[in-house]
Amino acid sequence: MTKIGVITFPGSLDDVDAQRAVRAAGAEPVALWHASDSVDGVDAIVLPGGFAHGDYLRAGALARFSPIMAAVADEASRGTPILGLGNGFQVLCEAGLLDGVLLRNAGQQFISRPQRLRVETKDTVWTVAFERGQEITLALKHGEGNFQAPAATLQQLEDNDQVVLRYLDNPDGSANDIAGITNARGNVVGIMPHPEYSVDDVTGPSSDGRPFFESVLRFLSVRA
Amino acid sequence: MPKPEILDPQGKAITGALEGLGFTGMSVRQGKRFEIEIDGDVTDEVLAQIRDAAERLLANTVVESFEVVAE
Repeated sequence: MTKIGVITFPGSLDDVDAQRAVRAAGAEPVALWHASDSVDGVDAIVLPGGFAHGDYLRAGALARFSPIMAAVADEASRGTPILGLGNGFQVLCEAGLLDGVLLRNAGQQFISRPQRLRVETKDTVWTVAFERGQEITLALKHGEGNFQAPAATLQQLEDNDQVVLRYLDNPDGSANDIAGITNARGNVVGIMPHPEYSVDDVTGPSSDGRPFFESVLRFLSVRA
Repeated sequence: MPKPEILDPQGKAITGALEGLGFTGMSVRQGKRFEIEIDGDVTDEVLAQIRDAAERLLANTVVESFEVVAE
């Protein structure tokens, strides 16, 4: 069975929800601890939401130096699928595995609501099960989701089709309404909204989060 | 400090709060200050180490600039 590792940092909140979403998609979740120097041979990795290391200094700034992050960087360069959700996106940006940075929301308020979004590319290992331009609703909950990058970097992200998700009504001031991006290779994706909270209609605003996990399973089954 | 071209939500909120208090004509940008105590003298080598620490951890140079000042 496909194994998807979910890293728990001190202060992670959504690790068990991510494991649950992985299981619901038909894969085996593997709990990984931030202080390990190995990802235990998993096929894909999720960095979950929360407040790793208390978000001290800057969100993700301390977590990027957790011992496991060296192994994550190594896997990223080998093409292993890696998904950062909320705080996990912030960690990937601080680690330099994704471009840009996530600043305090423009309105200063923590936002928690169902969020309308548009899937901008299916050319990543985490979004192949979507249609380009598909409009979806995911749980959103963050205080620091305001995506910013130098103008040249933003242009590059747009030109290379690296914008994965865009807000339909920008909640936090993010540049170009960006809610999620990928690296150039399409194996590392970071998004602020939470698909792991949106895998069934009973407990989330929709089940629109499922295709993220179905995407990576489809990709891995083709590659195997 | 946040680079000039980067939006500074906190500075903007503080600017608005100051205007509310009657402090007009002020534009605030908010940064961070780290006080680092050194064992021994502050040599050029120590300053270079601190600059390295700032590059790698204390600042996110994608959106922040920094300066190192010895006191």
